[in-house]
Amino acid sequence: MISIPESEAAAVVGVGETAALAEPRLWRRALRSLAHDPVALLSVLFILLLVVVALFAPWIAPHNPLEQFPNGLSDVGAPVAPGARFWLGTDQAGRDVLSRLIYGARVSLLVGVVATGLASAIGVVVGTVAGYAGGIVDSVLMRVTDTVLSFPILLFCIALIAVTGPSTRNVVLVIAFAYWTYLARVVRSQVLSLKEREFVNAARTLGVRHATIVRRHVLPHLWPTIIVYGTLGIATSILIEASLSFLGIGVPLPQASWGEMISEGQQYFQTAPWLLVAPGVALILTVLAFNLAGDWLTDLMDPAEREGGR
Amino acid sequence: MIGWVARRFAQMVLVVFGVVTLAFVFAYLVPANPARMVAGPQASPQAVASIARQLGLDRSVWSQYLSFLGRLLHGNLGVSFVLQGRTVASEIATALPYTAALALGGVLWEIVLGIPVGVIAAYRPRSVIDRVATFGALLGLSAPPFWLGLMLIYFLAYKVSLFPINGVGHPLIWYLILPSFTLGVGGAAFYSRMVRTTVRQVLRSPFIEFARLKGMPERTILGRHVIRHALLPVVTMLGMDLGYFLGGVLIIESIFGIPGVGQLAYASIATIDIPMITGTVMVAAVFMVLMNFIVDVTYTLIDPRVRLRRGR
Amino acid sequence: MSDAALAVRGLTVHFRVRRGLVGSRVVRAVDGVDLALGPGETLGVAGESGSGKSTIARSLVHLTRPNGGTITLGETDVTSLRGAALRRYRRRMQMVYQDPYDSLDPRMTVRDAIGEALAVRGLSRDRRPGEVARLLSRVNLPDALAARYPGQLSGGQRQRVSIARALAVEPDVIICDEAVAALDVSIRAQVLNLLKDIQRDTGVAYLFISHDLSTLRFVADRVAIMYVGRVVEHGPSLELFAEPLHPYTRALIAAVPSVTARGTKRLHLAGEPPDPANPPTGCPFHPRCPEAIDECRRVRPELTVVGPGRSVACHVAVRSFRSPRSAAEPSR
Repeated sequence: MISIPESEAAAVVGVGETAALAEPRLWRRALRSLAHDPVALLSVLFILLLVVVALFAPWIAPHNPLEQFPNGLSDVGAPVAPGARFWLGTDQAGRDVLSRLIYGARVSLLVGVVATGLASAIGVVVGTVAGYAGGIVDSVLMRVTDTVLSFPILLFCIALIAVTGPSTRNVVLVIAFAYWTYLARVVRSQVLSLKEREFVNAARTLGVRHATIVRRHVLPHLWPTIIVYGTLGIATSILIEASLSFLGIGVPLPQASWGEMISEGQQYFQTAPWLLVAPGVALILTVLAFNLAGDWLTDLMDPAEREGGR
Repeated sequence: MIGWVARRFAQMVLVVFGVVTLAFVFAYLVPANPARMVAGPQASPQAVASIARQLGLDRSVWSQYLSFLGRLLHGNLGVSFVLQGRTVASEIATALPYTAALALGGVLWEIVLGIPVGVIAAYRPRSVIDRVATFGALLGLSAPPFWLGLMLIYFLAYKVSLFPINGVGHPLIWYLILPSFTLGVGGAAFYSRMVRTTVRQVLRSPFIEFARLKGMPERTILGRHVIRHALLPVVTMLGMDLGYFLGGVLIIESIFGIPGVGQLAYASIATIDIPMITGTVMVAAVFMVLMNFIVDVTYTLIDPRVRLRRGR
Repeated sequence: MSDAALAVRGLTVHFRVRRGLVGSRVVRAVDGVDLALGPGETLGVAGESGSGKSTIARSLVHLTRPNGGTITLGETDVTSLRGAALRRYRRRMQMVYQDPYDSLDPRMTVRDAIGEALAVRGLSRDRRPGEVARLLSRVNLPDALAARYPGQLSGGQRQRVSIARALAVEPDVIICDEAVAALDVSIRAQVLNLLKDIQRDTGVAYLFISHDLSTLRFVADRVAIMYVGRVVEHGPSLELFAEPLHPYTRALIAAVPSVTARGTKRLHLAGEPPDPANPPTGCPFHPRCPEAIDECRRVRPELTVVGPGRSVACHVAVRSFRSPRSAAEPSR
């Protein structure tokens, strides 16, 4: 039947079928894949646990995280080791480490989620506009992204906070400002390839407005990317928040934050190692859980990218 | 080719210009009064005003911006507000060798740890080595460097006294082993995973099949094909890491007490020494942009197809 | 021109193709093409990949901007429309794409995909479900399919949905760009029959682009054969298939056993089409042409009218028509 040597039509059938089939049933697929992947299951459960702990901190924490207990210091004024009364011991001010850890989860999650959400919003808008509009708009936006990307952002942010004064809001803004560029780049390249898809052309040919095309045919396809990068972004944001708090310019005192706990603990570490071990382990497990969950989501969203790096 | 390099160079200049402008905007928007900072807390209002005039702070934004750019062209980064009589450029020049040594060490650790682990894991997928490497890499990516640094100090420097606890001394390399390891471990984790993926891809490609069919020994295949393919993307990113590290690694320098650019920046932030802050920030950004440029150009020189492929 | 649904004059599309790191070449993907399409008519455009046929389709629906020429739809010159005016015009010319797996948004149900087109037509929300059902039955699909996603449909069903979506805005012209190429042979015939039925009922005109001559023979009233960006032969379908004039057309037809005309010399089409960025001098077909004469290597033949509705761009064919011997003998 095919009369002319023609390659255009040859490889078309079957392409994208599995991906298309899968779209509406993501939830069921997610649950099924979790059942087969204990590591992913564990990390998702850990994140859920963390969320519960953060939400219900006042009911879960055994003590007030800010209270300086008179019996929280030994006779020589040193922190008390873990025991029956204080499960993870006390810190140099006689406060309960476990309770501080639980309240610290609130800070980490709040900052991580809000900062990542903000960064994603900026990144998606910039990436979509640059990719969809193309031309001079694309060039300008990408040069701006390059500039921010090559800026020593942490240093800059520290300077900014040092000047404006530490506050949770500033920490969130600073992290969002540092992370949006990554998403902008990824989203842009995705939009560039989406723009070439025939269903976008079909909508254009119908006379659908650009804004409607973006809302209806472009943004919905970006969700997998946003979810994956959002999850990895939360891990990164939590690390940055801890670093800022470690440097003493993160979440303001006396609010408990894991980074700040490590920072304060380092002077007493030789005699009270639990001051470093507890928040450090909490931090590693949390970041690890988000990273693993991100990997799992990458596989889930795009089966073709299994074995993918990062 | 020349046209491309010229365009890429113009892009770089544009980004540097953007960075410099951002730094100026920052310095301008800072609420603290620089003239007051220079004059000191006891100075009279008249003295503050005269210093402001000397510093040109009473002129318009645009005029200040232009003279800021003009000074930069002459390599003049300004004078420290806090350290009397010291120029920003000379302070950075003193700190830079330490940062450079630390940065090189960090990149070295990334190579020494990341590449072999990645190659071995790729050759033995799902083996014990692979699983340990994968998990170790995830741990390395997830551990906050400041915590890792403190742990290393506690166990290897304090408990066992294998290494100096902090500061710098003679020989310098001795003092840099732990900090550079802390610096490089995250990147090493990242590269081990990246190398694993690329090597797996290369091993599955037809020309490796062919080489095996020809009877080429596995060692030759590894040396001639696999490593070369796996290394190219790593080298680019290593170059960018180096650029990033050269800007000063604030947290690691401060934990280990290394008087590098990062420490300098941190100290100047604490004292709100505006010229020093903008100076260090700019130097760091320029390193980053410059390394990016160098990596891009050498990469394209080695393999012209790369640009086309990456352009897609 | 007023009786034409669509008229294309001198359409030219150039692409700039990068060669290596510096330098670029201009590819004349479409090089001065004239086409005319009457209401209710089907014009077939045939050619190998790279002949520019798809580029014509894309510039007609304004996905590619032409470098020269005019596109007239009814009475309106639509070549350089932009913005809102362009959106109004787009409705009148629709396209059915080759790839049924890519031309429907995988995240949108059939109802939403057709509903989007109805919204463009300005149909109020409450009247859309009825219209979706009507359009689905028009393309012989059950109404129950409206709630499905494209991933849950077969290739033929998707292509029918694409046709229904195109019909939803009541266009004057539908461009079918390899619209059945990706379908199984049995389904292909069904879809082609459906397109014919629709044309009979609505009077829509088709510009049917295909590399497959048997498809064109089945649907097209007239056929234009393209080679490297130009029309090399043009004529009523019956005549063109019965008596192809251009050696290239003959080679194409000869390659399709079922449509081989009696008396046509079987030709083997040797070699590949030339690089469009670097076409040969003279007639672009001459390196592959068994009948090439010296003139073919030097002078590019223009498209010349050789009979009612028939034209050809070939020195040899035109010469044989002009010679007295050939004129004396009836061509059929």
